[in-house]
Amino acid sequence: MRIGVILRPLLVAILLAMVLRPDWFRPVFEPFAPAGGPVIYERASLLSLSLSHLGIVALASLAATIVAVTLAILVTRPAGAAFRPLSRTITNMGQTFPPVAVLALTVPALGFGTGPTLVALFLYGLLPIFENAFTALTTLPPATMDAARGIGLNRWQRLIRVELPLALPVTLTGIRLSIVIALGTATIGSTVAARTLGEVIIAGLLTNNTAFVLQGGLIVGLFAVLIYDALVQLEGYLARRMGG
Amino acid sequence: MIEITHITKEYDGVKAVDDVSMTVETGSVTVIVGTSGSGKTTLLRMINRLEEPTSGEVRINGASTLSEEPYILRRRIGYAIQGHGLFPHHTVARNIGAVPQLLKWPADKIRSRVDELLDLFSMEPDQFRDRYPAELSGGQQQRVGVARALASRPDLLLMDEPFGALDPIIRTRAQDDLRRIQQRLGSTIMLVTHDMEEAIRLGDRVAVMDAGKLVQYGTPAEVITTPATRFVADMVGEMERPLRLLSLIPLSDVMESGEADGAPLGPEASLRDALSACLWTGRSAVPVEEDGHITGRVTLQAIRSRAELHK
Repeated sequence: MRIGVILRPLLVAILLAMVLRPDWFRPVFEPFAPAGGPVIYERASLLSLSLSHLGIVALASLAATIVAVTLAILVTRPAGAAFRPLSRTITNMGQTFPPVAVLALTVPALGFGTGPTLVALFLYGLLPIFENAFTALTTLPPATMDAARGIGLNRWQRLIRVELPLALPVTLTGIRLSIVIALGTATIGSTVAARTLGEVIIAGLLTNNTAFVLQGGLIVGLFAVLIYDALVQLEGYLARRMGG
Repeated sequence: MIEITHITKEYDGVKAVDDVSMTVETGSVTVIVGTSGSGKTTLLRMINRLEEPTSGEVRINGASTLSEEPYILRRRIGYAIQGHGLFPHHTVARNIGAVPQLLKWPADKIRSRVDELLDLFSMEPDQFRDRYPAELSGGQQQRVGVARALASRPDLLLMDEPFGALDPIIRTRAQDDLRRIQQRLGSTIMLVTHDMEEAIRLGDRVAVMDAGKLVQYGTPAEVITTPATRFVADMVGEMERPLRLLSLIPLSDVMESGEADGAPLGPEASLRDALSACLWTGRSAVPVEEDGHITGRVTLQAIRSRAELHK
């Protein structure tokens, strides 16, 4: 806990500096750049790439959350129980398909740009969210659920007031995993011209410029670590509130 | 008045509850007692339609329970269960106020009702209102569970092994609390237990279930003195019978004038308490004290003749 108090603001500061003032890091990356080559990526502003990257991840994760949680709710209702195996298969398939393959397959349909990346991240993000939401909804405390029925909550009220709030911490763990995976995976979206931080990394790989690769990789890594940490904190807070 | 007529519940052809009929008077405590698998919980759960009867009917104050949506029905019937089933993500106040809130009581009325109930259960409202269930002891959680069941002043309170998860000392206290509160509010209570001791202690009427059938329905004294079947006799326990019977009779019933040595008992104490006191301290009589005055005594001889009276 104590190390977090120091480390967290420090990492935030480093990340902000890398995104907003990339020039400050010229001495750090200089040794990795080819002789006479550029050290700092300047073809696009890192800020706009970061925002675009985060925006794509947010949009894909939001869509994955809505679909996966809705699916988990539907198959945990008595009427939807028959669809459990099917929904498992679908979300598993999303996970099995390599994102690169999804990109390759969707480009002909959606064209170059952000579209294929969104689809790939969305499909890839479904499984952890669905599995966690499903587990959470099927392992709710039986006495609480019995009491909820017994005191006169109807189906809808039980779902909104009891089941979803109690399933939230575990579902959030799934969302966290999904977001972190998406943050990393989004970089390959740049191969089909999505505007993400992958652009910096790919530019580095193409020109043999390790400085670019490090720069892009570190920014993505720091985003992932900090967002992961923030969501862990949120889960802890929610779990404590529920006496977990 | 609760009228249960020819109610049956079948699961895959097996009758969990087999043609049970009984009538429960308003303002009384009826304890349904039986071993596990006797159908006692299923019987209770058919009253608020957590289980739908295969056949038969339940009427509450004349109206069939089938005449409205189950969740509307359940809001008129209090429900308390083993392990309390509180909502862990809601405060004590929100838990207790859950049913009034469903019934759309105004907020200030709910608030005052919550405080009233916390007071009734000897829990300081200012101290407990905003706590979460996880921050309470087992006994406190159980009391909040019962308070939630009572919150909307229901016509009927159903309790399924409500004290099952409590340790013996807290359980005795919870039973006393329930008795006190029931007498004060005049609630109608149906309670399920596997513990004959609890049934005798709490029930105005005791209903004994065995293999889905109601084998005896009567006062605790009837169940003890004239068990209807071998099973009921076993539930009561041959050796325990005299003591259980004595536990039902207050000292005031056999008190006589006169004096006795030693620590006095109150008039509401049972003959079992008096017998126990006599045996333990080697006395042949105990004084009875009311409002600080000795009003008489109960002798061992009197206890003995009272115990033989049922013959």
